[in-house]
Amino acid sequence: MSDRRELATAAEPRLESTASRLRELVAHLRNQRAQLREEWARLITEAKLLTAMTKEEIFAEATSVYDNYVEALETGTYEALQAYARNLSERIIPRGVETHEVVGIVLLLRDVLARSLFATYHEDFNKLNRILDAYEPAANRIAITVAVGFVQERERIIREQQEAIRELSTPVLQVRERLLILPIIGVIDPQRARQLTEQLLRGIRTNRAKVVVLDITGVPYIDSPVANHLVQTVEAARLLGATVIVTGLSPEIAQTLVNIGVDLGKMNTVGDLQGGIEEAERLLGYKVVLIQEPTTEPA
Amino acid sequence: MQVPILKQGAYLIATVQSALTDDDLKQLRDTLVVQVSKVRARAVIVDVTALDVIDSFATRTLRDVAHMIKLRGAETVIVGIQPEVAFSMVKLGLTLEGVATSLDLEEGLAYLNRKGKGPEHHEVRTHR
Repeated sequence: MSDRRELATAAEPRLESTASRLRELVAHLRNQRAQLREEWARLITEAKLLTAMTKEEIFAEATSVYDNYVEALETGTYEALQAYARNLSERIIPRGVETHEVVGIVLLLRDVLARSLFATYHEDFNKLNRILDAYEPAANRIAITVAVGFVQERERIIREQQEAIRELSTPVLQVRERLLILPIIGVIDPQRARQLTEQLLRGIRTNRAKVVVLDITGVPYIDSPVANHLVQTVEAARLLGATVIVTGLSPEIAQTLVNIGVDLGKMNTVGDLQGGIEEAERLLGYKVVLIQEPTTEPA
Repeated sequence: MQVPILKQGAYLIATVQSALTDDDLKQLRDTLVVQVSKVRARAVIVDVTALDVIDSFATRTLRDVAHMIKLRGAETVIVGIQPEVAFSMVKLGLTLEGVATSLDLEEGLAYLNRKGKGPEHHEVRTHR
């Protein structure tokens, strides 16, 4: 019991002195601001970090990072720094700044400041130790905050881009009255297969399509679950009263379809997209007639 | 809930209004099979636009209706299957094989007219 009380009373003055040491530290960093900032910017350039930015830009960013850094040390709150880190990331990510660069500059700043502390307090080893006790946890916390902010921002951008790719990945195009084409390019994963089915069936409904040409020339291979999914999509389209013509099957995909034992009576396949569209036109009763020899000269 | 069956020219049109119990389905099947000859219909259209779910029993009944009506000398078209319903049916292996399907009522009528089931294709001329 008595031990614990002693500990408790011993901790309080320590906390207080941590605060006072931090104050001293912040005052020191404010005094040396111009010189340390210069030193830091020089080290960034030397280490070949932030090569996507000009010297002036680096110096301007270094100034705001420095000020935010000192402020976070002073107040012990990281919200403002977090917001700044996110804002900075938003600006520099599109310019191709990498994670290692951002982590690198924050660590460089930590080193610059630590060295300046060594230089100032090297005569009083105990004082240096106490100052470092106050400085190190705060500095590490700042480094983590900035790095995490950067990575989170990056992940957010990646998520947005994935969303955009997903939206673009299954276009449904009407080429004639009641005729749709779906050109698919790239690997079909289960999620994309689901989306493809959805788009195809919705497209049939909204465009009142009778025939759909599903062109998979740009798909190198598919696995059995996705192949099954494709076959099911073709059957579901039939229930909506539409015919699906699949074109451009690669030898690998043909093999996969045969391996899963697809009922060829249900699958309407044509060699290439052109043949598929011609077949679709035939089903819809169109006849395309050449009315004039094509002219190659510009009009 | 009973399914109303309307006669439109040479066609019988059954429009499902809400979810059907198994008994409703059986009753629909029996009524259609009787009615098709009574009114001398050439085709039957079953509109299932209102159905959010078509289970295995419903699929089997619809297929039976189509096959029985075929034996009675008429054609059947199922119209208005929703996209989501179509895909969940196929996933369960319910594909309504051998039964004609169309997007909606309009398409179903157009399909039957093309197939020559409409009244205009069955004109009888008397020779003088």
